[in-house]
Amino acid sequence: MAGLDLKNIPDREEDIDFSDIYEKHTINVDDDLDTIVVVDGAPVVDEAKEEKLMSVLKKLFTKSAGEIKESGMWMPMSPNDKGKIESKGYLFIDFETPEAAHAAVKNLDGHKMSKTHQLSVNKFTDVEKYTSMNDTFVEPEAEEYIPKEHIRSWLTDEQARDQFVMYRGDDVSIFWNQKADTPDHVYTRQNWTETYVQWSPLGSYLSTFHQMGIALWGGPSWSKIVRFVHPGVKLIDFSPNERYLVTWSNDPISPSKIPEGSPNPFSEYDEGNQVVIWDVKTGALLRSFPVPQSADAQKTVRWPMFKWSASEKYFARIVPGQQLSIYEAPSMGLVDKKSIKIDGIVDFEWSPAKADQSDSKIIQKEDVLAYWTPEIGNQPARVTLMAVPSKEIIRTKNLFNVTDCKLHWQSKGHFLAVKVDRHTKTKKSTFTNIEIFRVCEKGIPVETLEIKEQVLAFAWEPNGERFAAITTSDPAPGTTAGQGAAPVTAKTAITFYYLDTSKAIAGFKPLKVIDKKTANFMYWSPKGRHIVFATLRSSSVFDLEFWDLDFEPLSTEGGKKDDIGASVQLLSTQEHYGVTDIEWDPTGRYVVTGSSMWRHTADHGFCLWDFKGQLLLKQNIEKFKQLLWRPRPKSLLSAEQKKKIRKNLRQYSKVFDEQDLAAGDANTAQFIAGRRKAIEEWYGWRKQCEKKLAEERKALGKELRSVDDGKSETIEEWVEEVIEETEEIV
Amino acid sequence: MRPILLQGHTRSLTQIKYNREGDLIFSVSKDKVVNVWYSHNGERLGTYSGHQGSVWTVDVNSTSTMIVTGSADNSAKLWDVRTGRCLKTWEFKTAVKRVDFNEDDTMVLCVTEERMGFSGTVTVLAVNPNVEASQSDEPIATIVNTGGPKAVVAGWGNLNKYIISGHVDGSIIQWDWKNNEKNLSIKPHSDLITDIQFSPDRTYFITSSKDKTAQIFESESLAHKKTYTTDTPLNSASFTPKYQEFVIVGGGQDAMSVTTTSARAGKFESRFYHKILEEEVGRVRGHFGPINTIAVHPDGKSYSSGGEDGYVRVHHFDPDYFKFKIES
Repeated sequence: MAGLDLKNIPDREEDIDFSDIYEKHTINVDDDLDTIVVVDGAPVVDEAKEEKLMSVLKKLFTKSAGEIKESGMWMPMSPNDKGKIESKGYLFIDFETPEAAHAAVKNLDGHKMSKTHQLSVNKFTDVEKYTSMNDTFVEPEAEEYIPKEHIRSWLTDEQARDQFVMYRGDDVSIFWNQKADTPDHVYTRQNWTETYVQWSPLGSYLSTFHQMGIALWGGPSWSKIVRFVHPGVKLIDFSPNERYLVTWSNDPISPSKIPEGSPNPFSEYDEGNQVVIWDVKTGALLRSFPVPQSADAQKTVRWPMFKWSASEKYFARIVPGQQLSIYEAPSMGLVDKKSIKIDGIVDFEWSPAKADQSDSKIIQKEDVLAYWTPEIGNQPARVTLMAVPSKEIIRTKNLFNVTDCKLHWQSKGHFLAVKVDRHTKTKKSTFTNIEIFRVCEKGIPVETLEIKEQVLAFAWEPNGERFAAITTSDPAPGTTAGQGAAPVTAKTAITFYYLDTSKAIAGFKPLKVIDKKTANFMYWSPKGRHIVFATLRSSSVFDLEFWDLDFEPLSTEGGKKDDIGASVQLLSTQEHYGVTDIEWDPTGRYVVTGSSMWRHTADHGFCLWDFKGQLLLKQNIEKFKQLLWRPRPKSLLSAEQKKKIRKNLRQYSKVFDEQDLAAGDANTAQFIAGRRKAIEEWYGWRKQCEKKLAEERKALGKELRSVDDGKSETIEEWVEEVIEETEEIV
Repeated sequence: MRPILLQGHTRSLTQIKYNREGDLIFSVSKDKVVNVWYSHNGERLGTYSGHQGSVWTVDVNSTSTMIVTGSADNSAKLWDVRTGRCLKTWEFKTAVKRVDFNEDDTMVLCVTEERMGFSGTVTVLAVNPNVEASQSDEPIATIVNTGGPKAVVAGWGNLNKYIISGHVDGSIIQWDWKNNEKNLSIKPHSDLITDIQFSPDRTYFITSSKDKTAQIFESESLAHKKTYTTDTPLNSASFTPKYQEFVIVGGGQDAMSVTTTSARAGKFESRFYHKILEEEVGRVRGHFGPINTIAVHPDGKSYSSGGEDGYVRVHHFDPDYFKFKIES
């Protein structure tokens, strides 16, 4: 003990310096079993080939996982039946770090070395765990069946009313729409969500956002149905039939950060990923994905990141400029195990048509998606239609001088309109072409509509063969003004187009052009026919216009049958000061225009209009944030049944009319009674007050000095002023 | 009828008062001038000049012989209505925000600002109704809301039994002013109370507040009677004494934020509510700044509003107004 200082012997045991002893007897922590993996499924080789195999494996594992310890690979060799020394097909690898071992398991488990040899890589510790498992099968206890609530109970409402959710202040409330009456309150919960709320696409679930994840609510009691743990979740997206949910969080997943005791669906494989796909019914995590790293490092996240095919069988996303990855559901694996390299790909859209023969017009036997690539070098810009899963290209179209493209599928998938923003050769001005792919015709003919002006907005009529476009000649339309600056309201024109089938070659023709408007947004009724144009994001104009495309003029005077645009009729022009959002109800009967505190500074609240543009209800609500109609699932009635109902509409509506009338009468009576009561109460109280005051006055001896009631006299004074006097001598 | 525009002030109006008969309108403004007008034609009768600072408040006695004004120059002044002579100046430590004559014109209360270390008070002064007599200097009573929020408006209850004050935090206190004691205290508003006006017999009163509501209370018990909810901060509320059971409220977006939004967002209208049913029945637009003060003619045939824009608008009601009947 060289370091022992006799003059300075520590008094207490705690003060003795043991460090030298510790140093001598340190346990080699590197011997930790965490760094060892077991590789199975390697080829069986004899001594001659042993070295070669080892070097191949070493190379593979060093490259894909990490540094291997010196002489860290050991492949047991033993004589086989014939006495020849052979390997056994498995080996052990000891890595430098546990992370490398982990990476080896992650990256190389299931790796195919050749056609016959697939490696299976496991952690040494896991092998131990699995071998020590109890061999006898223990039957899992059957969980007790708990009947679930009817998640579509709202559809059974006797009056077929629609529900909406309103988010104001800290409260989230569900209401029944009552037309002109105050909405009927269903359910309210304070701080139900932390950021906003969202319905699932068929209206079954209401999703709320929380720091720890997403919760879905529904049923008549509005209880929690399922919860998805995803810390910091910001954006969500449902698949079209509500089977899957995609969530995105800005914070990469780290399973260790989730506090203990709370449910943790993540494993180490999810480390660092930001997007998760969930099964809505079970609440199980299906797969997590990292956010694609694109070259131009976009700061904003593309949402929806994954787009779903109508059949829900496939979903896809792009790495901008590089590739398109199509995945299969529910297996969550890549179709054909690889992404499709498409240079420059900017965007894609799935066709909403299902390839299940439900629509006789759809000739494609597979799901279809469309994508576009910009001009790269000498290669022109191109829009491509691709069938999935065969990945067969079914149509391409080259385009020139393209600055931007937007893909718009018609809601049935019969047409694809591509809004192509083009620039002139000098690149000084832009104009727009609309390329319409007639997908349900053989060979998919493409028609080009040249529009001289810039198209601000484009939308197909739901289920229709018409579309509307808002154009402007303004070189810099103020739709995207910077922060703080009030956008300038540009002069715009609205054009309706229809498919003219009267000629041999059908083509889209303008139905009607409406000039000198300021509208920059349009909203089709979900049932088609009606459309609302609005001027939003403007500081001075808040116009709303309600249009009908199938208006039947009462009298066809002059018999001008040729005028195809006569059926397009402005129903009414309205204004909602401060309007920021517009939403049709799922039945196409009502429109709600809201002024949300998220976008506008004052006058928060909403207006309810009918499709004709008649104001039914206006409510000013402090801290109004959001109003969303509850979507309805697709009708279960067949086309024939619907037709029948339409035919006998009068009969059905009679019942509803009577109900409305009765309810109206009862309401009025109640209302009047309430007023009477209030007035009686007030005068009763006043009488009492006056009496008391008179008594008190008397007691104090202060008589009321009466104001000269009605005795005020009016004195009219006439003042005549001579302004000028001239004498004329006649 | 077309409103009469009284253009006699160069800065925003702070208060308007009708005299008991309603033939005169007294208006005060931040431009230090007190004006008196004929209410029927808007002709200016005269001015009372002498204040060195913004005049915050005015009140006229029941015989229309004297007015009292309170100003930011830390004084309240008593004036002879007829001659415009200043009869008395009471000096205070801080600005005088509100004055109110009692029923018999023998006393006046002054609400003083809390500033520069001086606590806000409600001071009661004696007034000799004789114009020629000299006025006393000493206050009869001084109410201090020690430790509590400062008073911003106040008025006399019926028969001078108590003083009711409205406070900066939205609370209302009924004071036994002779003994400087709180009788009752409630907090019906969530923000600054901007105005308090009494019914002719002072048995109930209406308060307006920045919390966008106006409310009616009984003077005796401070029992809540009615609430009028609007969508804009209110600066003033008034009763219509005859013909219709209405209240008129006015306000608008804060003056400082007016320039940042369009005129429509300002909500510078006076709004009429049915007093008993609490329903809005009409609006009168015209001001291009927030309305600071509203007063109704004692016979209920006209009303005036004074705005941040510096104008007083005198509105004589149309014949339709008198015929209006709410369905019940």
